[in-house]
Amino acid sequence: MSDMVPIVQMKKINKFFPGVRALSEVDFRLFKGEVHALMGQNGAGKSTLVKVLTGVYRQDSGEMLLEGKQIRPDSPLAAQKLGINTVYQEVNLCLNLSVAENVFIGKEPMSLGRIDWKTMNRKAEEVLARLNISIDVTRTLSSYSIAVQQMVAIARVLDSSAKVLILDEPTSSLDESEVEQLFKVIRKLRDEGLAILFITHFLDQTYQISDRITVLKNGFFIGEYETDKLPKLELITKMLGKELSEFSYSSKGDEKQKAAAAALKDKGAVLRVKDLGLQGSIAPFDLELEAGDVLGLAGLLGSGRTEMARLIFGIDIADQGQIQIKGKKADIASPRKAMMAGIGFCSEDRKSEGVFAELSIRENIILALQARRGVFKYLSLKKQDETAEALIKSLGIKTPSANNEARQLSGGNQQKVMVARWLATDPSILILDEPTRGIDVGAKLEIMEQILNLSREGLGIIFISSEFEEVLRCSNRIAVLKDKAKIAELSGEEMTESGIMRTIAGGK
Amino acid sequence: MAWWRSLTNKKLFWPLFALAVLLIFNLFFTPHFFRMEMKEGHLYGNVIDILKNGAPIMLLAIGLTLVIATKGIDISVGSVVAISAGVVAMLIGGDLQGHPKYPILMAMGAAILVSILAGMWNGMLVSRVRMQPIIATLILFVAGRGIAMVTTNAMVVWLYAKPFALLGQGYILGLPFSIYIVLILVLLTALVTRMTALGLFIEAVGINPTASRFAGINAKNILFGVYAFSGFCAGISGLVVCSTVMSADGNNAGLGYEMDAILAVVIGGTSMNGGKFYLLGSIVGALIVQTLTTTIYAFNIPPEISKVVKALVVWAVCLLQSSSFRSMIAGAFGKKELSA
Repeated sequence: MSDMVPIVQMKKINKFFPGVRALSEVDFRLFKGEVHALMGQNGAGKSTLVKVLTGVYRQDSGEMLLEGKQIRPDSPLAAQKLGINTVYQEVNLCLNLSVAENVFIGKEPMSLGRIDWKTMNRKAEEVLARLNISIDVTRTLSSYSIAVQQMVAIARVLDSSAKVLILDEPTSSLDESEVEQLFKVIRKLRDEGLAILFITHFLDQTYQISDRITVLKNGFFIGEYETDKLPKLELITKMLGKELSEFSYSSKGDEKQKAAAAALKDKGAVLRVKDLGLQGSIAPFDLELEAGDVLGLAGLLGSGRTEMARLIFGIDIADQGQIQIKGKKADIASPRKAMMAGIGFCSEDRKSEGVFAELSIRENIILALQARRGVFKYLSLKKQDETAEALIKSLGIKTPSANNEARQLSGGNQQKVMVARWLATDPSILILDEPTRGIDVGAKLEIMEQILNLSREGLGIIFISSEFEEVLRCSNRIAVLKDKAKIAELSGEEMTESGIMRTIAGGK
Repeated sequence: MAWWRSLTNKKLFWPLFALAVLLIFNLFFTPHFFRMEMKEGHLYGNVIDILKNGAPIMLLAIGLTLVIATKGIDISVGSVVAISAGVVAMLIGGDLQGHPKYPILMAMGAAILVSILAGMWNGMLVSRVRMQPIIATLILFVAGRGIAMVTTNAMVVWLYAKPFALLGQGYILGLPFSIYIVLILVLLTALVTRMTALGLFIEAVGINPTASRFAGINAKNILFGVYAFSGFCAGISGLVVCSTVMSADGNNAGLGYEMDAILAVVIGGTSMNGGKFYLLGSIVGALIVQTLTTTIYAFNIPPEISKVVKALVVWAVCLLQSSSFRSMIAGAFGKKELSA
């Protein structure tokens, strides 16, 4: 294929954001009649690259060629006019309009100054037929399944001028048969000569549908591969950016911690999860957590780690299975009930789901404890100060005063404030979702140290991180997730980075 | 300059500053603005008028402060004022001898109850149905006038029951009775929000609703509560309005009050983005709005341009509040002051 001329060629693309180099000299090629998968972890630069291609961002340097001609789209509309079309993850259609209206929105066929409904409906049927769909196009879109809505979104961008189709996570809300249906359509469009760029977190789907793969990591171009010549394990190592031989690190754990954990073992499981699952979010899974345990959740982005945590903390409500806390069945139908049952949860999205920027550090820390006590048993200021000061000291939060606003803190210290908020409630289970994301190396180490300290004191901790190394360093057991399901649990000698990766690459 | 900086950083400083500027302006340019007379045992004068006429807006602003702190808005309060006035007027009745149809206290209680129900309706729409606050309260903003009209059979009801006049026209120790109602309500609200965790929870929900849910706060109940409370405040405001003119007019009672009250809250330092709230700031804000209105009357500014004058002053007060505007000005006057 390399002797053919690519339809899209991006050369040495650079894109800077304040303080970050999102893309560094990235090359990318897309050919006619292929399905090309773009792979990479969080922050790899996938979406930035796509946004440059579709005119949402403009590159700071580098050039882009479409059919050999230089292009520089300055808006998504300009990109569409060039024939580059995108279907986004969240289907952005109008649910209350008819299918035909959705397909032709903004380009309705007109006659005599009015919309020519007959032609529009007929044409909509034709376009959908091309996608193997035959439905009543005059009904409102909301009466059809998400899979059909997805097809309508694709139909909308498919006209004669379409050359490139970008599908951003199109399968994330589809079930298996719907995915199969979508793939059939993708293959058909590919065979008709469309160039398709496919972005997904599902490894297996990448192998099912794609012809070639481009891997990015931390804004760098890692390589372009033919899918059938790239074993899964190799793909994972490319995405994580290390050669397999480098993965010698294994968690021997620290002996003291193991002894402490062993001493706590006979207390029994604090958390026992049986067959907990939610359709479209995560497949049913079992978990057991003992006092003093640190259970790591390892998996690639989108593998279902956060979904697991959200189910246990009652943010999403499971449609099957049950949770037992300290041997008793717990009804966890909201975060509030989870908190009452002794669970704490630090979200991966500190900014929008964790910190109260304009409240003081003291208020941030005592908030969950106060919520637990209720509106009327207000903690006296003295008591608030004592609680906050004690936690600021024990977690090493760096601030001149507990009365400073939380937004003045660095990311790492904000993270510690989140942990402090939960410690104040004296939980028996603490779920930490990516507590080390976006903070500097020193703070990362401190946070991990705190995790070990807390487990020594008997807290059961579920630790989520996309850095396998961190998971290994902190955990004494690891649950491995892949494609929205728990696939294995590793302990002892199996706990190595290559072990985790082999598990992910291995069978389904 | 440190004392100056710490003073200007206080939230209440700029509203008080704006009020002082307005009053000083009046001292020089409005003849007899501060003149007070003792007549029949109470004080008369522009300043007293400001307190008396401003009371209904202040009452609304108290409830709205909490609503706005949750990043919400309640534009129905003016209509609820009309409903409350209508209910109390119908229950007291227009008997020319002044004999109330039902006991006055009972009539007042019923009016307040209906207003709380109106607030609960708003709260239900916002917290359970998850409607956007401005849309949710728009319903009652429109329908409330209709309800008020139905209550009074589309007529202006005149009242003659003397004791009821105390609320809006009475005086204690020379000061209008209504201003004592404001004082009591603002004190009680401050006590309840600051001596319990309620204030903290309201601010938390306003700053970050998702995070407060994750922290175990029952955000739905908080939202429901603040709208119900806003209805309660509007109910009391309606009683004062009705008592002041001893009549209930479904079309005009409380007309446009919601905007003045929202303005008062915002001038008082509570951000429309939700979060920290300042009850006293809102009261000062209402005083600014009312002083402005009184000044415009006292100045005999022709009615056709009075709204423009009001808009200009409000605009200036808002600029004064904006810290980025102030630092812009400070920058224009040289950097010395900034580094001091």
